[in-house]
Amino acid sequence: MTTIPPAVEKLIGQVQYEETGEFPVERGYVWTSCASVENGNPLFWDDAVADAITGGPIAPPTMLSVWFRPHHWAPGRTQQALPLQVHFDLKELFGLPEAIMSDNTIVFYEPVRPGDLLRTRQVLRSVSEPKTTKLGTGRFWVIEVEYLNQRDELVGIESYTGFGYKRGEA
Amino acid sequence: MSLTTRLTLDAVRPGDVLPELRYDVTATTVVIGALATRDTRPMHHDHDFAVNRNGTRDIFLNTPNQAAWFERYLTDWSGPTGRLGRMKFRMKGSVFPGDTMVLSGTVEQVGTDDVGSGWVSVLVSLTVDGDLKTDCTARIALPVDDNDNPWKRHGDQWKP
Repeated sequence: MTTIPPAVEKLIGQVQYEETGEFPVERGYVWTSCASVENGNPLFWDDAVADAITGGPIAPPTMLSVWFRPHHWAPGRTQQALPLQVHFDLKELFGLPEAIMSDNTIVFYEPVRPGDLLRTRQVLRSVSEPKTTKLGTGRFWVIEVEYLNQRDELVGIESYTGFGYKRGEA
Repeated sequence: MSLTTRLTLDAVRPGDVLPELRYDVTATTVVIGALATRDTRPMHHDHDFAVNRNGTRDIFLNTPNQAAWFERYLTDWSGPTGRLGRMKFRMKGSVFPGDTMVLSGTVEQVGTDDVGSGWVSVLVSLTVDGDLKTDCTARIALPVDDNDNPWKRHGDQWKP
């Protein structure tokens, strides 16, 4: 018998939080990202190479999630906006104060380019029964995020497996 | 990666081993990685929070920054014409300041799909002191010959 509450069960498969990014894709952040991992790929540093290979500058594909993370603060905002809100909703619904991400799958489609404004939507795919790991007792869940550009082209699909837990119950 | 690196599919065989990447992780590595991914969660910059709330040894590398490390590792090998199609990774342990992380990779599969795109599957491991921290399976498109460019594929010609 499932221990998943009906309030959570009805969220499975439902599209939630359709959002547009708070800022267009920009090269400053591309360079910050490349610098953080010392990525010298000339696609991101040399416009002639980018023109020849990708028809102009693009962002590193793995930066997908960067473009939909909300600003830490914005005028008029009374609560901190959180990325991957479904993840935080589940923590709240299950009363699990801690969480980590364990698995991540990203599928890349159209390249993301400076100036693009991405849209995202989140779908809860599954929630496990209670599990105990070395971190504590909690539940695993899988959340999918779909990314589209301003031309409605799919640019990527990201799937996260999160584990929300309470410490000290292992 | 040299500016002229341009790995083509015919140069790759299952079992090929990618050059190893070793990197000494510092608190700066972790914090700049969180900053670069716009991740302000405290376990990636606040030692006290990481230890006393998360129960971890220290602050640790976040997921999207690990993805960036894997991308860098793979494209260092492929050159700029290598195009990532899919990446799946599983974190088994955290990477902390003071760790020397080692990325190593082995080609698992080489082939072409039904639209003629060349694909290579690579298993990448991120280890610290021999302990596996994250494994990553990546599917990366490589040019099938000197006239091919995976980045020119769109729509139904791109099957990641």
